[in-house]
Amino acid sequence: MRRTVLAAVAASGLIVMLAGTALTEESNWGAYQVNDKRSGYTYAAAETRAIQDDDFENPAMLWVDTGGELWNTVEGEAGKACASCHEDAAETMAEVGATYPVYYEPRGKLINIEQRINLCRTENMKAKAWKWESRELLSMTAFVRNQARGKPVAVKIDGPAAPFYEKGKEFYNQRRGQLDMACKSCHEDNAGNMIRANLLSQGQSNGFPTYRLKWQKVGSLHRRFRGCNKQVRATPYKAGSDEYVNLELFLANRGQGLPVETPAVRN
Amino acid sequence: MAWQSLGVVRALICGAGIAALFATGAAAEEFIAFKIDNNESIANSLTGKPGDPARGREVAINRKQGNCLACHKLPIPEQPFHGEIGPDLSMIGDTYSAGELRLRVVNPKIVNPDTFMPAFYRPYGLHRVMKNFQGKTILTAQQVEDVVAYLTTLK
Ligand code: HEC
Ligand code: HEC
Ligand code: HEC
Repeated sequence: MRRTVLAAVAASGLIVMLAGTALTEESNWGAYQVNDKRSGYTYAAAETRAIQDDDFENPAMLWVDTGGELWNTVEGEAGKACASCHEDAAETMAEVGATYPVYYEPRGKLINIEQRINLCRTENMKAKAWKWESRELLSMTAFVRNQARGKPVAVKIDGPAAPFYEKGKEFYNQRRGQLDMACKSCHEDNAGNMIRANLLSQGQSNGFPTYRLKWQKVGSLHRRFRGCNKQVRATPYKAGSDEYVNLELFLANRGQGLPVETPAVRN
Repeated sequence: MAWQSLGVVRALICGAGIAALFATGAAAEEFIAFKIDNNESIANSLTGKPGDPARGREVAINRKQGNCLACHKLPIPEQPFHGEIGPDLSMIGDTYSAGELRLRVVNPKIVNPDTFMPAFYRPYGLHRVMKNFQGKTILTAQQVEDVVAYLTTLK
């Protein structure tokens, strides 16, 4: 297991915080900020960042470790483990976390990491697909994405992915729910503002699956989407729906260049 | 027309104002139509009754009702978190009349179509509203009146 952390690059930002300076545009957030794109890390409280910075403190590393064990576990009628075909994840999975979702020709649409994992389970291992938000799927997703930790997000939105990206963008900008708010209303127009007790971040996706202190566990990006839909009293979509996968691509591109942080820790 | 027999409609719709009546489901109260003057003001109380400023203050605090504190600063010192998204409302009773305040609570999108502020009394023109909120307004007509009464005291 790699235990390298991004903490060092943000050290200057951390020192500024310890000195009691409020979050400002001027803060040097190192890799956590790319031009005007800022990871949720830069909006998090100092204590929350400290938990993320230390792999031995970060409770989400338990999920990553479980994912590592499952990687080597034989399951299904084909009698294979992930490792049987993919061998050393540090090498073979080095890019996946930074480049998904991708256009998947056989289905004629986008797939994200969770769906890619389940495709391998059903088609290559002849094993059952893992349920969304199950400990297994969260752990494997966190493990796979963790292999790309520190790599800049670099998704493709051209070619066959383009129409799906456009749909994601439309979703992002569409007002919804009884409160009539779009993702954009909170995370673009009001990032950096307090909404009652909450500091609004840019709503970046580079740290997912993420350990939320509120959830007391690791959660998927789609769980977060559902929560953000429900808080404006909008009917959420199903986790794993095409709508959310398209939105996921739009968000990834919006944070293009931010480092993969999985597993992040947030409030 | 249905509203006559229901006896809840206090004002006729006119001009560029709202153009529909809503059956708001079993639990919800009937939507009360109102008249907008020059896109600036709703002069008459929605309920025909004056609001209660003390109850309005509670509505402004309550996270499931007005939650005005999410975005505004108000003279409510016992509440720790006041949002910083909208303007400070501490003196808003000096700026606007009751009618102008009512319009801004009922539907601020008439004043600014792009505003972040929700329309507290507009159960239509929305996308994918959760089932238990469908056809319902965020505040009841009486709660709107209570909030407006509270705002007029802020001078
Ligand atoms: C029998 C061999 C086999 C097994 C077992 C297997 N895979 Fe795969 N996997 C493949 C093949 C082949 C591809 C490439 C398919 C393609 O390019 O369309 C792939 C692709 C992937 C990708 C996408 C890689 C990329 O660069 O886009 C991921 C992620 C992945 N597998 C994860 C897993 C996980 C996790 C497991 C275990 C739960 C697993 N695989 C089990 C054969 C396997
Ligand atoms: C009413 C405001 C509001 C709306 C609208 C909203 N969110 Fe959020 N969102 C929040 C709050 C509050 C948080 C937690 C604090 C933060 O990171 O901003 C959050 C967090 C997030 C996060 C986690 C960020 C991180 O660093 O872990 C993502 C991703 C996100 N939102 C995406 C979305 C998407 C996509 C939409 C549209 C479907 C959306 N949000 C709509 C308020 C909102
Ligand atoms: C989600 C954020 C939000 C919430 C919640 C909210 N407002 Fe607002 N409000 C705003 C914004 C932003 C403005 C600035 C006007 C604009 O955007 O056009 C505003 C403007 C106003 C104004 C006009 C102020 C002026 O100086 O012109 C009044 C009055 C007002 N709000 C009252 C309320 C009341 C009462 C509540 C609760 C019932 C409330 N607001 C809830 C965001 C909000």
